[in-house]
Amino acid sequence: MNIIVPIKQVPDLVEELEINSDGTDLDREWLKMKLNEFDDHALEEALLMKEDSGATVTTIALDGDDIDKALYAAAAKGADKLVKITGVSGNSTHEAAKAMANAIQGMEYDIIMTGVQSVDDRDGQLAVILAHYLGNSHVSVVTGVQASGGSVTVQKEYGGGMVAEFEASTPIVLGIQAARETPRYVPVAKVRRAQKSSTIEEVAAGDVGVDAGSSVSKMYKPDTGAGAEMIGGSAEDQANKIMELLSQKGIK
Amino acid sequence: MSNQIFVVVEHLKGKIEDITFEMLGKGKEMADASGGELVAVLLGSGADGMAGQLGAAGKVIYVDDANLAEYNPQAYCKAVASVVEANSPKMVLIGNTSMGMDIAGGVSVDLNIPFVAYASGISNDGGTITSALYGGKMNVDSSPSGDSVIISVIAGSFPADAGRVDGSPSVETASADLSGLTIQFKQLIEPEGGDVDITQQEILISVGRGIQSDENLPLAEELAAKLGGAISCSRPIVDSKWLSKTRQVGKSGLKVKPKLYLALGISGAPEHIEGMKDADLIIAVNTDPKAPIFDYAHYGVVQDLFDFIPALSGKL
Repeated sequence: MNIIVPIKQVPDLVEELEINSDGTDLDREWLKMKLNEFDDHALEEALLMKEDSGATVTTIALDGDDIDKALYAAAAKGADKLVKITGVSGNSTHEAAKAMANAIQGMEYDIIMTGVQSVDDRDGQLAVILAHYLGNSHVSVVTGVQASGGSVTVQKEYGGGMVAEFEASTPIVLGIQAARETPRYVPVAKVRRAQKSSTIEEVAAGDVGVDAGSSVSKMYKPDTGAGAEMIGGSAEDQANKIMELLSQKGIK
Repeated sequence: MSNQIFVVVEHLKGKIEDITFEMLGKGKEMADASGGELVAVLLGSGADGMAGQLGAAGKVIYVDDANLAEYNPQAYCKAVASVVEANSPKMVLIGNTSMGMDIAGGVSVDLNIPFVAYASGISNDGGTITSALYGGKMNVDSSPSGDSVIISVIAGSFPADAGRVDGSPSVETASADLSGLTIQFKQLIEPEGGDVDITQQEILISVGRGIQSDENLPLAEELAAKLGGAISCSRPIVDSKWLSKTRQVGKSGLKVKPKLYLALGISGAPEHIEGMKDADLIIAVNTDPKAPIFDYAHYGVVQDLFDFIPALSGKL
């Protein structure tokens, strides 16, 4: 079985985000990037499937900041092949999906699994858009995958913990919400070894033109903090104030 | 292109989901402002009785097909694309929900229509759409190219009451070619009953990533016990298997409305906010003064959890 896992780097939200000078995007110069956490889950599920019943796992990504490191980290975790798509920039999911579809069309695959969403996919989630460019079926918000022969059983999560189960034939594209295990950790030394022992295959993006899009006029921070009355002071002072509040509201 | 605004109706087990009424309410406001027509798109099998709850819409387009008896990502995608293609509405509203995430992007590609996701606001002329991105830390305003747009709406962005109108809008039936499906519905799996039903608790002590390790959970549990409440959490805690799914608040978890929601180390991603923003009293504790949770909390505390929790516990 061949599994392709598209991954991408996204801004680390733990860091302060700044807006660029024309007010339409993040100031990307000093952004700290990290692997999209849902992609990490997609990769984990693919590697678990490989360990269960054998599969070739190909990790694919668009060129960008720190992407080589992310690909080598995937290799260190157990991915078999690494592919980097060059010649595409910007952050439109449609363009990214088209570039991925161009590259994937020439590859053998049964299942494509990627993160269900990312923090910056303003024009939609990658999995479904990629599926439709490839002409494949698709399920999003997936929390379980069992493959056998040319078919897969997929668990999809609704709200409130309700789960729907579907049976589908391959090829299929899945947007992964959570792997069945916490994504594995890989030490830096192992990533360095993978960097020496594995190679990243580079593929040109091809035509990524999309006619139907939307243009950003403004990026701005929501009024953070405006909603809450902030309680200052030491932890002790704050705890006292909370006790007063709870007493006023008749909670304690 | 017509002057229609489509709302794709989401229903599960015979019940129309709140997101549908939220979109109908917003859609009606926009249709009234622009002289357009609000149309509810209902898919199902023998489900036309639901049209009576869709009175906010001027018309219901109903696709009845055995393949739509249960939600099926592929069948829904095909059916929505089919009615959109036949009518060319100027706007299609779809929930940014588990179901909507299967549909909106696919229809966008199949019909070559711009798609704007994570909408938390839409100008009444439909020209400017606000998306909540970067875990709720940034808003982005954008405008679609062309005359038509698909928008996926974050649950809880618009009031549901405005769209909850009984009535008997005219029902127009439509058909869609749903042959060749490669995905089949098998079953619905109900959530396992938990030890505690967090939707029934008056006091919830909710932990997020800031709790750092499952070894720190007893601190929060002790606080919950002293306050007479229960522990709930955000999604990463469930993904890490520190707490069970039955404790999860948010989009893929449960919606709660306790008297007190004490959020400990929860940053406040839109998916979490969806599940708790209606709590009577929200107190958030976080080390990051810019955490989006403070937008929704009534009271905010910027403090290290491991200083704050013992301080509060000590007073109870």
